[in-house]
Amino acid sequence: MATLNLVQAINLALIQEMEKDDRVLLMGEDIGLNGGVFRVTEGLQARFGKERVVDTPLAESGIIGTAIGLAMAGLRPIPEIQFEGFLGPAYDQICSHAARMRSRTRGAFTVPLTIRVPVGGGIHAPELHSDSPEAIYAHTPGLKVVMPSSPYDAKGLLISAIRDPDPVIYFEPKRIYRAFREEVPEDEYTLPIGKARTVSEGNELTIVSWGASVVQCMQAIENSGRDIELIDLRTIYPFDIDAVEASVSKTGRCVVVHEAPLTCGFGAEISARIMERCFLHLEAPVQRVAGFDTTMPYYKLELDYLPDAARVGRAIEDCLAY
Amino acid sequence: MLDSPAAGGGLVMNTLMSSPAQPASSHASSPVSGGFDVHGLGIDARPDTAPGAVRVSPTNGQWPMVEPGLALQFLRKMVLVREFEVRCMQAYQDKKIGGFCHVYIGQEAVAVGCNAALRPDDPMVTAYRDHGHALARGMSARACMAEMFGKVDGCAKGKGGSMHMFDRANNLFGGHGIVGAQVPLGVGLAFACKYEDEVMAGGALKRVAMSFLGDGALNQGSFHEGMNLAGLLDLPAIIVCENNGYSMGTAISRGTTMGHQITAKAQAYGIDAYEVDGMDVLSVYHEMHRIVEHCRATSRPAFVDMRTYRYKGHSMSDPRKYRTREEEAHYEADDPIGRLKARLEEEGILAEAGFKAMLKEVRAEAKDSVEFSDASPAPDLAELHTDVFVEPWGPYTGSSDPKMLGGAPRVPGFRAISNPETQL
Repeated sequence: MATLNLVQAINLALIQEMEKDDRVLLMGEDIGLNGGVFRVTEGLQARFGKERVVDTPLAESGIIGTAIGLAMAGLRPIPEIQFEGFLGPAYDQICSHAARMRSRTRGAFTVPLTIRVPVGGGIHAPELHSDSPEAIYAHTPGLKVVMPSSPYDAKGLLISAIRDPDPVIYFEPKRIYRAFREEVPEDEYTLPIGKARTVSEGNELTIVSWGASVVQCMQAIENSGRDIELIDLRTIYPFDIDAVEASVSKTGRCVVVHEAPLTCGFGAEISARIMERCFLHLEAPVQRVAGFDTTMPYYKLELDYLPDAARVGRAIEDCLAY
Repeated sequence: MLDSPAAGGGLVMNTLMSSPAQPASSHASSPVSGGFDVHGLGIDARPDTAPGAVRVSPTNGQWPMVEPGLALQFLRKMVLVREFEVRCMQAYQDKKIGGFCHVYIGQEAVAVGCNAALRPDDPMVTAYRDHGHALARGMSARACMAEMFGKVDGCAKGKGGSMHMFDRANNLFGGHGIVGAQVPLGVGLAFACKYEDEVMAGGALKRVAMSFLGDGALNQGSFHEGMNLAGLLDLPAIIVCENNGYSMGTAISRGTTMGHQITAKAQAYGIDAYEVDGMDVLSVYHEMHRIVEHCRATSRPAFVDMRTYRYKGHSMSDPRKYRTREEEAHYEADDPIGRLKARLEEEGILAEAGFKAMLKEVRAEAKDSVEFSDASPAPDLAELHTDVFVEPWGPYTGSSDPKMLGGAPRVPGFRAISNPETQL
């Protein structure tokens, strides 16, 4: 078993799926010759050729629109958008077309598309290079939204996304692209979309998080010395509310942590569902720790914006003390 | 085919097309059935609109020298941009600049020459490789560097960074990070010029708006939408494509149709287009001055294929695998600063000693910008919550519990966020 970082795990998953299925092809800005802005597709054009690893012009709407056409024709395109902030120009294609095609054609056409997008803050970048827009896409019926928090999950979830018959936005937390390594099986494997992972078990409190924030939560739990259960949602939509319900019914307390702004962040949905499903089990109001309702700041304030172990730690304390 | 630069004079449209400037004439005799003419085949609705004539300006032309004071100002500004960018690269390596840094080295003649062709009240907007435009426009090196350092004395209070240079006083409307997004903005600025000057003030057009984009942005929808509007509404928008041959790592021939002749794109929008040598500040200045004044006189748009080259990578983390070192050396030998310096020496306007003194002064200014930015404080935590709306509405808290922001008294238990006025 190889010890890989998140970038390498994604690269390996792409290689394996491309070797297995020649309908799988990649497209994006500078993904071929240059290997992608974060070098995630390094070496793939040399390996699979320019016809399958396609360097595109700088045109996000055109890239996604073309990928939708490819997918409707039965291929498995995996377009890369360089940063989540660049999804803006492609928003119309994603939300007006990819997401609704199946519904609009009453099942005659579907869009087996996986859009790979580096997401989130923590790399000292400015706005449009550090945002967390997962809730926007979770709010769009017809899209699946995935965000791994570890190399192992990244590989298994990406393979599932590629094989999924519906459009998937696969968010890659750039903050942890190369932050740590873990053992990743060389053989292919899938992790089900829509299933959460229990990172650590505990009885006093539940933390629900996803993406790079999971790592901050792990640190906060360690610092707290308390018996805390950490659930990594892994898929933002469709989300594993059963796992959340089971855990919160057991612990009676929940803190939700994400980088995106608080208002209408996906934590609001989690919180509402817990209220609906676990009301009589709750010992404290669900607490959210999130980014602020402001534009992501440039790097001197970045770490004040992003939820860190200290802020999560205070939420744990307060939630337990309620 | 080529117009003599030395001849100067009025705007001569030497067109590349075999049949120049005959709007709709080839269709003029087309039959119009049933009295309807939805395609405008039978009518010349806009007789004053040339169908996007193209004028090619010579490369390596011997452009007329400008008056010595202006020429020295060109040289000083170009050297300032270059020395500033060298400092940026060092600061980036020292991790004083966060995220990304796109330096302008090699392209200095474009921002400096174009800016000199504008009046101070003409709005300007550009993309993310914007330090050169900011300095050329008159932003202080201190404010520019401090912005990159994320410090409060930066032009955007250290909250925008390298790609977000804004200068209200100098009519620089950014600095924009999304490729091509600034083109419609520039068209809007041109619309505002025309509307305010001609409609609201009821006079002649006074101002024109200049937008810059890179050649990569030619492939974005926003560019084409902006161009169509500028052509359609006859706006005084001067859209300058800083064509350095690469959109990030993709050569123009690999990413853009008609990459060898991008003026063809302007023709489709009925916009007059120009090819200009962007490696020679005298070429840029003379040509842009003529284009700007033509635009001002006619209140019509223009598109410029400004041929230039960036000596460094797209950003600081670009290994430049997509081009050869020989190619870089070729363009570096044709350096815009070297070209002007040689001309000034030839014509006895500047001696070697004078250049050295200028260089020393400019280097001190660039160094000072770094020291100033080092000393400038980082934005206060409270800055996280400013400038979202004109009238502050809070608390924008990143937690269900506002006290987690710090500063507010800690009280036992939870306070649900329901009334923003009670928070913080």
